[in-house]
Amino acid sequence: MHRTIFLCLGLLSQAQVLADPPPQERQETLRNMLRHDCGACHGLTLKGGLGPALLASDLAAKSDDYLVDTIQNGRKGTAMPPWKPFISEQETLWLVQTILKRH
Amino acid sequence: MIKLRFSLFLCLLVSHGAVAEYRATGDLGIVIERAKGSALIINTSQRSILAKIESLGDLSHASVVFSRDERYAFIFGRDGGLTKIDLLQDKVAKRIIQAGNSIGGAISQDGHFIAVSNYTPGGIKIFLTETLELVAEIPAEYGENKLSKVVGLVDAPNQQFVFSLFDAGEIWLVDINNPKKPEIKKFKAIGKQPYDALLSPDGRYYIAGLFGEQGLAVLDLWNPETGVKRILPDYGKEDEKLPVYKMPHLEGWAVAGDYMLIPAVGQHEVLVIDKRSWTLVKRIPVAGQPVFVMARPDGRHIWVNFAFPDNQKLQIIDAKDLTIIKSLAPGKAVLHMEFTPRGEEVWVSVRDDNQLVVYDTESFKEIIRLPAENPSGIFFSSRAHKMGL
Repeated sequence: MHRTIFLCLGLLSQAQVLADPPPQERQETLRNMLRHDCGACHGLTLKGGLGPALLASDLAAKSDDYLVDTIQNGRKGTAMPPWKPFISEQETLWLVQTILKRH
Repeated sequence: MIKLRFSLFLCLLVSHGAVAEYRATGDLGIVIERAKGSALIINTSQRSILAKIESLGDLSHASVVFSRDERYAFIFGRDGGLTKIDLLQDKVAKRIIQAGNSIGGAISQDGHFIAVSNYTPGGIKIFLTETLELVAEIPAEYGENKLSKVVGLVDAPNQQFVFSLFDAGEIWLVDINNPKKPEIKKFKAIGKQPYDALLSPDGRYYIAGLFGEQGLAVLDLWNPETGVKRILPDYGKEDEKLPVYKMPHLEGWAVAGDYMLIPAVGQHEVLVIDKRSWTLVKRIPVAGQPVFVMARPDGRHIWVNFAFPDNQKLQIIDAKDLTIIKSLAPGKAVLHMEFTPRGEEVWVSVRDDNQLVVYDTESFKEIIRLPAENPSGIFFSSRAHKMGL
């Protein structure tokens, strides 16, 4: 019984955090950005370069919040810059879920 | 009879024509199509695309060196691929996967060896140019069994290679006169996170840019025993460091008289350094974070491109008074530039517009646009005879 409730809650929260997909054209811009601009450091295939690999398996242990915060605000002490001026929080969440292949 | 003789002559003429498509390679080049994993062979005299070579793997950040006979191009792919392209036959002569993740390479002074710098496993590998057979492996070990990513690999006089260890903050000088047993000199604590490096055209100075702290590290190869010297340690200390959306490249050496021009990191400036005293002469404000700062072969003009979000622009600095004399907008995502051997034209890659743009470097007028799929690096065969490239 408890488990069922827990599962339902889990599904509910999962459903709630799924980002609203940006318009098609913006999605393409974001995907292009991911491939080429994120890819400048993380590799075109996101297998890593000067920056770490960003494949779904590499990020499995990180929370969405952490990943969104990293992209939005950058990581002090590393080369990761803040992308806040170019991508909204919602778009960032969508991008994170794209990287994690949730949609 | 006369008629027969004439047709025989015609025959000879035609058949001779068929075998006589000789191709010289001194005015050829390679353009990387990064997303497609292909490379174009281009001709800079005709401004034309001769061939497209496909299936070269992950070519993001790919770079190229040329054999000294300028027949072969060696492409270093991100996925560890090392491909030898035959420019005479438009085909792959040999291809190997030598590592998991790599960043660039160099060809030795005598042309017999190719060195590749790798991120995974961190280190360099040296191959025979002829066969791509492995000759030596140098893991970039530091600390306790850790391997560092290797950046800024160049060839240097006396059969040497020089490179920097990004994670370890070291510069290593490798002598391959005995290729099976390379001699390694390590320079430690040269600065935090060297991200790229260059060799001066005379082969004397190896200069690494630092990301983790201010300044640059200089190794004088005429006096390696004096160690690595830090220059501009205080540059921009009081200024807020701006975000860097793409790491600058230190490729080639932009020199104007006694001055050297390099991209600042975290400042939208090109730095002018007096190479006699290694002091800062001027900071030139530019349109964004500079990525490539490249001098026209005669040194009169310096062309600069930029990181995202200013990567649609190009700016040109006049070496005479160190001011910007021209701004251009070639298109979306300008990634690289390469000057023709004597510099009358420059080829520019515009990634998101799928184009190569050729400019006249005196009038700054556009001469032609050629199609290419997400072009990135452009490399001309004249690099074959330049140290450090």
